[in-house]
Amino acid sequence: MQTLEFEVGPCANPDRSIGSGLVGVVGSGNLEVLFEPADLNDKVKFVIATSVHGFDETWHAVTRSCAERYRLANLVITINDAGATPAVVSLRLMQAVEEFRGGL
Amino acid sequence: MKMSPDFHWDTLARNTATRLKRGASHANGKVVAAENIAALLHAVIESGDRVCVEGNNQKHADFLASALSKMDANLVHDLHIIQSNLALASHLDVFERGVASRLDFCYSGDQGVRLARLIKAGKINVGAIHTYLELYGRYFMDLTPRVSLIAAQSADANGNLYTGPNTEDTPAVAEGTAFKNGIIIAQVNEIVDTVPRVDVPGDWVSYVVQAPKPHYIEPIFTRDPAQITETQILMAMMVIKGLYAPYQVTRLNHGIGFDTAAIELILPTYAESLGLRGKICNYMTVNPCPTLIPAIESGFVKGIHCAGSELGMEEYVRARPDVFFNGPDGSMRSNRVFCQIAGHYSDLFIGSTLQVDTQGNSSTATLNRITGFGGAPNFGSESRARRHVSYPWLKAGEESAQATGSTMPRGRKLVVQMVESFREKMSPTFTEKLDAWQLMEDLSLELPPVMVYGDDVTQIVTEEGIAHLHKCSNPQEREQAVRGVAGFTAVGLKRDQRAVDNLRDRGVIQRPEDIGVDVSLATRDLLAAKSMKDLVRWSGNLYQPPNRFRNW
Repeated sequence: MQTLEFEVGPCANPDRSIGSGLVGVVGSGNLEVLFEPADLNDKVKFVIATSVHGFDETWHAVTRSCAERYRLANLVITINDAGATPAVVSLRLMQAVEEFRGGL
Repeated sequence: MKMSPDFHWDTLARNTATRLKRGASHANGKVVAAENIAALLHAVIESGDRVCVEGNNQKHADFLASALSKMDANLVHDLHIIQSNLALASHLDVFERGVASRLDFCYSGDQGVRLARLIKAGKINVGAIHTYLELYGRYFMDLTPRVSLIAAQSADANGNLYTGPNTEDTPAVAEGTAFKNGIIIAQVNEIVDTVPRVDVPGDWVSYVVQAPKPHYIEPIFTRDPAQITETQILMAMMVIKGLYAPYQVTRLNHGIGFDTAAIELILPTYAESLGLRGKICNYMTVNPCPTLIPAIESGFVKGIHCAGSELGMEEYVRARPDVFFNGPDGSMRSNRVFCQIAGHYSDLFIGSTLQVDTQGNSSTATLNRITGFGGAPNFGSESRARRHVSYPWLKAGEESAQATGSTMPRGRKLVVQMVESFREKMSPTFTEKLDAWQLMEDLSLELPPVMVYGDDVTQIVTEEGIAHLHKCSNPQEREQAVRGVAGFTAVGLKRDQRAVDNLRDRGVIQRPEDIGVDVSLATRDLLAAKSMKDLVRWSGNLYQPPNRFRNW
């Protein structure tokens, strides 16, 4: 198990309507995503626990892309990964944003 | 100059007559006992013969294949095997034991690794790797079988054969052989007084033998809905909303993987909610995949022609004669050649693949393994001889002409590759260079084995979006369109973001939100059937899955 921790941002024009919540499950090839509000000066903090080593750059790319696309800010996003592909990670993050919008 | 008057024009017929005379003592009329099969094969097969061992996707002449591989190589050798599928160990034993030396084929599947090894060891001299239609075409030109070992469900004493629903390649093999004075030996599961239906007329058939065990059939087209992922559902939504709906695709061919199964399983839910019933997916060429049941039962799919059957689907198909091509006896007759032709001239092909390069060329070849082509290239290629028109064909043609500046109005077939950017174990689908190039070098092939050429592909669909390659006007645009949907693979990360943004503005690349696909709906709740049990329920208990797919 490996834990990656990094911040993305700050976002110039943050979407402030995104609240907290949990989506997904920790099953093979899947992952769990937790959104928690925090005061981070318009940045997003990702905390990723993954069983697969050697994909740090891919994680950075996937999470940065999502943060920029959805103008995420002031959130701690915790990911518990069980070997999900970047496609599943992106989908889960998109679903989380859609679901937690307006859920402050 | 005219041939001499003494020249013989019937050498094949005379030679066949002497073979049949030799064979007569091992048969009772046309019927051969299983224990006499070795003697019969030694009597009627001669060294150097071109021999077809019928091997399809489903039914295999496994008893005869095994008997052939055990022949005495001192008596019979250097056979030239011309068969579509190499699926059984005996299909390669025949080379390893020195009975055969030359091979022309289409597809090798599970035997791909051993095949590559035998080629490298010089045990097999490969003529060419074909598509099905190419090989069957050559049966009627320069590769006509001298002897064909085929499989059927039942035979009568006169040699009339009933194939059952897995007719598959039998008509092509039988016709190519029988009408050039070749010898046909059929293994059957049972010898009966009267066959339910005559699929091959008895006067084409030289011998029939009841095999000790029914011929081997593999349920290779059954996909358990429980294994369909949300990413596949998202891609399926994009295909329906972004391709089938705007192009009004009514006649198409589906591949047989989980990606296309996901499309089939959300027709009754997602496509229904978009009001598309009756407007898309009316006619298909594909095997009777169990995942099609909900789409048939809910009135989406009206007609299906099949290349072969699928284990467990027999009773369901029999009960839906308006949908499938069933004979007067009630059971289905499949036919690979006709299915391939129907699919080739339909409006859309969609399938998956293992590797895609930056120009959209794709391949299922991986290192140290020869899998061959099968039918995908004929389904997944532009039909340049097509002349009849349809809405999707004209629309794709017009878009294509706009991109290239062509002034001759012409239609175009939609050829769609549906892939996730990464496959299991994080192996990227997108690559700068296909493994096919390395395979070409390793095995001294003359071309890299490409399954679908990039210039035939109109769209690539991934979890990231749709790339309309036919709307690209040059190779540079095409490359950025591929990179623009290649996700977080190395190929995707090397995109020129400005070029990709520009392609998106022009509608060459479409993201889910650009076509109104709501990603939050991409969950397994959208599947009309979530399990094998659900499929059985949809079929009114007519579908009987093989045991390995039953968990209840």
